[in-house]
Amino acid sequence: MTFETLVWLIPLAPLVAFGLIVLFTHPRRGLSHWTALVGAGVSFLASMILFVRAITTEGLAENPMQVALNWLPTGNTWLKIGALIDPVSAVTLFFVAWTVLMIFIYSVGYHNFGQPVGDHDQPGLPPHGATLREKKGGSRRVPSVEPMYSRFFALISLFAFAMFFLVISDNLLSLYIGWEIMGFCSYMLIGFWYGKKSARDAAVKAFLTTRVGDVFMLLGIVGLYSATGTLNYRAALGDPAVLERLATTDSGVLGLSLAGLLGILLFIGTIGKSAQFPLHIWLPDAMEGPTPVSAMIHAATMVSAGVYLSIRIFPLVSAGWDGGTLTQAMQVMAFIGAFTALFSATIALVQPDIKRVLAYSTISQLGYMIAALGVGAYVAATFHLVTHAFFKALLFLGSGSVIHGMEHGVLHSREEIDPQNMFHMGGLRKKMPFTFWTFLIGGFALSGFPLVTAGFWSKDEILSGAFGGGNLAVFITLALAALLTAFYTMRQITLTFLGEPRSKAAEHAHESRPVMIVPLIVLAFFAVTAGWAGIPQKFPLLGGIIPNWFDEFVGSTLRGEALHTAESYLPLITSLVVSLGGLYLGWRVYRGVQKGHPDPLEKPLGFLYRVFYYKYGIDELYQAVLVKPAVWLAEVFTYRILDRLILDGIVDGIGKGAVWLGMVVRNYFDKPVVNGGGDGLSRGVRRSSEVLRLLQNGRVQYYMVLTLTMVVLAGALITVLFIQSGRLP
Amino acid sequence: MMEFLTAHLLTLILFLPTVAALVLLFLPSTAVRALRWTALVTSLIPLGLSLLLWQRFNPGGELFQFVERAAWYPAIHSDYHLGVDGIALTMVILTTLLTPLAILASFNVQQGVKAYMILFLLLETGMLGVFMSLDLLLFFVFWEVGLVPMYFLIHQWGGEKRHYASLKFILFTMGGSLGLLLATQMIGVVTGTYDLPRLLQIWPGLTTPENNLFGLPLATVKTIAFWAFVIAFAVKVPVWPFHTWLPDAHTEAPTAGSMILAGVLLKLGAFGFIRLVLPLFPVESQLYAGWLAALACLAIILGGLGAFGQDDFKRLVAYSSINHMGFVVLGIATAALAGASLDGTIALNGAVLQMFNHGLYSAGMFFLVGVIYDRAHTRDLNAFGGLYALLPVYGSILIFVSMASLGLPGLNGFVSEFMVVRGAWPVFTLATALSMIGLFFTGAYTLKALWKVLHGPLNQNWKGHISEINGRELVVIAPLMVLMLVIGFWPAWIVDVINRAVGLWF
Repeated sequence: MTFETLVWLIPLAPLVAFGLIVLFTHPRRGLSHWTALVGAGVSFLASMILFVRAITTEGLAENPMQVALNWLPTGNTWLKIGALIDPVSAVTLFFVAWTVLMIFIYSVGYHNFGQPVGDHDQPGLPPHGATLREKKGGSRRVPSVEPMYSRFFALISLFAFAMFFLVISDNLLSLYIGWEIMGFCSYMLIGFWYGKKSARDAAVKAFLTTRVGDVFMLLGIVGLYSATGTLNYRAALGDPAVLERLATTDSGVLGLSLAGLLGILLFIGTIGKSAQFPLHIWLPDAMEGPTPVSAMIHAATMVSAGVYLSIRIFPLVSAGWDGGTLTQAMQVMAFIGAFTALFSATIALVQPDIKRVLAYSTISQLGYMIAALGVGAYVAATFHLVTHAFFKALLFLGSGSVIHGMEHGVLHSREEIDPQNMFHMGGLRKKMPFTFWTFLIGGFALSGFPLVTAGFWSKDEILSGAFGGGNLAVFITLALAALLTAFYTMRQITLTFLGEPRSKAAEHAHESRPVMIVPLIVLAFFAVTAGWAGIPQKFPLLGGIIPNWFDEFVGSTLRGEALHTAESYLPLITSLVVSLGGLYLGWRVYRGVQKGHPDPLEKPLGFLYRVFYYKYGIDELYQAVLVKPAVWLAEVFTYRILDRLILDGIVDGIGKGAVWLGMVVRNYFDKPVVNGGGDGLSRGVRRSSEVLRLLQNGRVQYYMVLTLTMVVLAGALITVLFIQSGRLP
Repeated sequence: MMEFLTAHLLTLILFLPTVAALVLLFLPSTAVRALRWTALVTSLIPLGLSLLLWQRFNPGGELFQFVERAAWYPAIHSDYHLGVDGIALTMVILTTLLTPLAILASFNVQQGVKAYMILFLLLETGMLGVFMSLDLLLFFVFWEVGLVPMYFLIHQWGGEKRHYASLKFILFTMGGSLGLLLATQMIGVVTGTYDLPRLLQIWPGLTTPENNLFGLPLATVKTIAFWAFVIAFAVKVPVWPFHTWLPDAHTEAPTAGSMILAGVLLKLGAFGFIRLVLPLFPVESQLYAGWLAALACLAIILGGLGAFGQDDFKRLVAYSSINHMGFVVLGIATAALAGASLDGTIALNGAVLQMFNHGLYSAGMFFLVGVIYDRAHTRDLNAFGGLYALLPVYGSILIFVSMASLGLPGLNGFVSEFMVVRGAWPVFTLATALSMIGLFFTGAYTLKALWKVLHGPLNQNWKGHISEINGRELVVIAPLMVLMLVIGFWPAWIVDVINRAVGLWF
């Protein structure tokens, strides 16, 4: 098939699936998930074909595969949108296609396809389980199928469409289109169980927090479009002459160059979408959505899209950078990224909810990538984006499997416990061996367990990039964050899988169905092997055995940039120490936790524990300084004071003035004249009293008089004008 | 037959609704079904003819096409002169599309069906006349014709506070009309013609008036005429701070009245700016463009905030119009300052498209509010909650239309907002940046409505007391949804027509 067909097929297949499910197949669950799976499958195949073509094309960076269409007429020219497969989009397409397909398959099991309909399930609430009567008499509780099963597959299909569309886009406008549609889908999916207050609130919070970033990003897009006349990556961001001009033009804002200003505006979009500080608050709450959604949004697709944007705009952000001092925009990125990495790692340390730990860990890892971009380690950031997508999708789906197992246990034991709280788990390795082993692989990859996991290679490259570029503060912050990452990951694994069960539910948990386990195994495979594509040439012993394909391939997108790899062994030693040290400490501290014990960190950390636990109070702070004033501004200031009191007051005042004028005219002109007449006397009195009574009825009637006055005045004016011009016959 | 059709296409479209209104006059007022169906079917004919108009219109051809001209009021040189350019054509399509939909939406009106339908059809003629007129006096006449039926529609078929709302509506618009009349007469007297194409040539560069007006200097006359026009149109758009009639009128009007009010009547003001103010007063427009942009920015921000502060679903949607029309004004202000540059062109394209788009989704939103009001008999957002579980189809449609109005890319609202923002950014950088606050609140109030109506725990009061959207209502909303999707996905077909017209104007 031609490139054009294949590349359009990738986003369109899930879009068609969405349309079919919404319009036709939604009453039938099986048909709906098959429609979605076929859509995702077609995208997957087309993506793989294009990926293979991409990696076998010589000089893909210089001559990428592309196609463009006229989309919007602008004066004498057209704004074109099209598709582009260059090295960055090829590798992104690879991991997106894999993770999306796995998540689709997993969802079939997660939403209990084939199980009976629940006893009291209703749309908008998670399934509560069904009672099965057994032949011998007696009954048992089993999980029930999701009441809105088809809707889920429709929405994730639309989500997949948006993500694929974003990845294959050749310009910032269609990227933005995909970006926003994804945001909408995430809103719908986080609020999938909209009957729950918490889910509803989380959905709105996610949409509005990211929208803060999006409106800045929109300004960045129109600014870039105005400045360069195009939004195409290659024309606007790949042309050294254009970048040179942008880098040397003063924007007039805070001493930034135009490139810097536009770069930062666009980067604020990333801050929102990739949940970076200070717009990170939506992501942990987004855990209200079903787990496959968490995996989609927090690993494979949406949050990755934010980093993907930053990778795309890297030429703009780094315009004028010669490998020495970072540009202002890069400094902003480095600071935000490194700070977020450490900041959210500290929160992850103390969360009891298995998914929330992962959520904060995601924020932290995305911070890594942003920091890497900030210090100029372009390839390392992309590399970590790919490896992280695999192992974090794996961890989320693994945690979903754990929760599923726990929910099963809860149905059985009828305990009133939160099936997501890790302190109620323990010992699950025996009950859920596949989940345990795959989760262990994912967790070790996240911790950067040396040599065998993908996370080690990508994280090491980032540390090495930060160190090599001489950005010691970033290096130390990231190293510290890596230590915490290993620690809280091992805490999670220990609490969940090791030791003895700490609840009846955990005792009765059992392994998930194969339809959920197979995706875990596939993702675990990539969580290990994806790292082998980017083993640095200079790595002791292993370097050079497998060529550093990733570096060559992705690095070629960016011509002539200095890529730092440290000559020193210090970063390598650091990453070994922090990962192994963190894992060991995590195991030491948490291996002995018994039922009912508090978190062992609670005492030693003291006040800090509470700070971490309550997420630094940022939600409360925003509520007090932003949300409440905004509501006041809307309800009280704009509506009641400005519109109702002042503007309507003026209008009503004019109305009253006109009424007064009318009264004067009536009392001192009409009445004497009308009253002067014989027959007219009584009629006049009656009429005027009628009118006066009407006037006292309410201010509404007052306007009538004004209207009449105006008509009279207008008529007079016209007459005068015509007489003046001598045109009246 | 075909020849006659082609030669008088505009007249046919314009007066068929009036003829239909006359036909209705002779039907007995008790024959409710016949009245409804006659109104609907006859309103579909102008729609069909406008589609023919669209198909025969040559975007690359002359500025005004399908021109018709006949002597009307020779004593003062005013002619019956019609014609459409790409901009007016778009508005004509919008009007002839929304009218049958509004009539179909009114099938549940029980009181005074005959008068109601007649008023609607007369309203259509009034609105179409404004878009088609190429004569200033004719423009004014149709402007007024469109005003009166709406007053009665609000006054007779409106909600509880309909008296206050209808009078406020007529007062504000009459105040504006006064300005329009004044400016029209001044121009007519000074130049001795009302012919728009001729005025476009002579008025901007006029130095020696044809007739003297009270001995006023020409510059003064021009300034007065300019401001008179601006105020007339600003009230109609409405530009902040002339907007307070809008929430009352929209909220109290019957559902179909709100659809037309928001869908078409607001566009008359913006159309006046584009058709008369910008081309006739290029110098003055340029001079005061900054102020207009500032007011647009205020409308965007305060309209968004105002909508966010509402607890009445319909009022919220009404305020959203102020917010959305602000982008139209921002686009017009940009074109006023930047003229024929690329920025000005894109901004004006965006403004016209935003007019069309707002016509689609605001009519859709008002209709959907009407659908739920018919069932629940309340518009209080706090009285709903969790209705998505009971009304999955209605809920999904509401989300769809809300997202179009929110400016979700992939649906129509985004395209026009993007174009306006793109055009305005290099010209009014600060105003554009500040209007992003309004764009943020667009998201906030839209989600607030969905949050209160559809999401959250189900309000058990409604269980068994509220029914799903019915077939007739689906027929009303479906064409709007299709257009929202098509324009969002592939805007070129309509923007191309607008773009060429804009290119010819400036």
